[in-house]
Amino acid sequence: MFEYNFHWRPVFRSLPDLLEASLLTLQVATLSMVIGIVIGLGLSVIRLRLRGPLYWFATAWVELARNTPALFQLFFFGFGLGAFGWHLTPYMIVLAGLSFNNAGYLAENFRGGFQAVPDTQMRAARSLGMNLWQSYTRILVPQVLRIVYYPMTNQLVWAVLMSSLGMLVGFRELSGETQFFASRTYRIFEYFAVTAVIYYVMVKIILLASRLLAVRLFRY
Amino acid sequence: METPISFFSGFGLQDVLFMAQAAWRTLLISVISISLGTLLGAIFGWMLYEGRVWATLFLAPVLDAFRSVPLIIQLVLFYNFAPIIGLNLDAFQSGLVVLTAYTAALVASVARGGIESVGKPMRRAARSLGMSYWQDLRYVVLPIGARAVFPSWVGVALGVLKDSALVSVLGYVELLRASQILMTRTQEPLLIISIAGAFYFALSYPISRYSAKVEKRWSQ
Repeated sequence: MFEYNFHWRPVFRSLPDLLEASLLTLQVATLSMVIGIVIGLGLSVIRLRLRGPLYWFATAWVELARNTPALFQLFFFGFGLGAFGWHLTPYMIVLAGLSFNNAGYLAENFRGGFQAVPDTQMRAARSLGMNLWQSYTRILVPQVLRIVYYPMTNQLVWAVLMSSLGMLVGFRELSGETQFFASRTYRIFEYFAVTAVIYYVMVKIILLASRLLAVRLFRY
Repeated sequence: METPISFFSGFGLQDVLFMAQAAWRTLLISVISISLGTLLGAIFGWMLYEGRVWATLFLAPVLDAFRSVPLIIQLVLFYNFAPIIGLNLDAFQSGLVVLTAYTAALVASVARGGIESVGKPMRRAARSLGMSYWQDLRYVVLPIGARAVFPSWVGVALGVLKDSALVSVLGYVELLRASQILMTRTQEPLLIISIAGAFYFALSYPISRYSAKVEKRWSQ
């Protein structure tokens, strides 16, 4: 038993590359969150206010995003769209897949958030002379974002974790980069152990930062 | 002899069979790991609830790590770690171990919430009726607590069913891996990925709808 010699030196030598790749992970996760929030808000408003084809489109989006594996969604954007002659770059595949997924999950959170805001808010905004767009963007959405703040931070953490699937579509974010180095040196365990630690630290930093931000944002 | 050799062939009946087998393997690994993980997670949840200091010091961080590191990294890590400690596990067994541990980590916090949802007066009443600690746990806490957290448990179970797609990274030919193989051969990505997606959707959507309905009924 235990005849394995651990070699950590190559891992530490490529640590700068891994850290740089983890920035790419954060970047794609954050960007997909921003896109997901915008689309998710749109989807939840459509599902709450409209009927007809748009409603069914939004519902289909939400249910597909929530009831199929994230990896399937990535494969769909990666390989499925090839049937239409659309060939996305790995970065775009991951961004599109994560945004699709985030939008679906967030739409469901936002829906709960919109329902938690009293109807009178909307009526008050309208009676002050705001049009529909103004009352949504200035009155309702800020309150909803506050209500769903913690589910949103969870979703961001999920986005960071999900972006690791990029390694299966050839995207060299943290996991992809790790796999690249691991297959070059055959120090698979060592590389992935360090990467696991980096993910753990990243998630903790995000949670801590969001708690600090919450204190600052929700002072009153 | 003039017919040119083609490496690609269309999507045929035997491929449907191949996908059905792969779907069965997806179901197999998910059902086993969800069952074992739920059992283990319930025990962990009880430990988190009862064991105050040592559970928060030792058990909670370990369970937290499973939630803060991408599943795909956990899979690769364990798959490459097992031989180091002298275990000879194939892709299915490694995937099963990791998925079970992952499920247990997620179920633990659900189970803890379930135990906490049973009020102290209720438990004192049970004990004062002459029930032993274990009888109280079995006949009072379990039925009431399980009811309270049933929807979140369904959420976890469906999450694991979808995440079981990641075991493909170890070479276990489950549904998504099978469709990837078929896509490479038949060059019909959209059709095959849609079939795979439809399978997950057909499994996950009714269950999530059912759980939402149950939640609504119980909350009334």
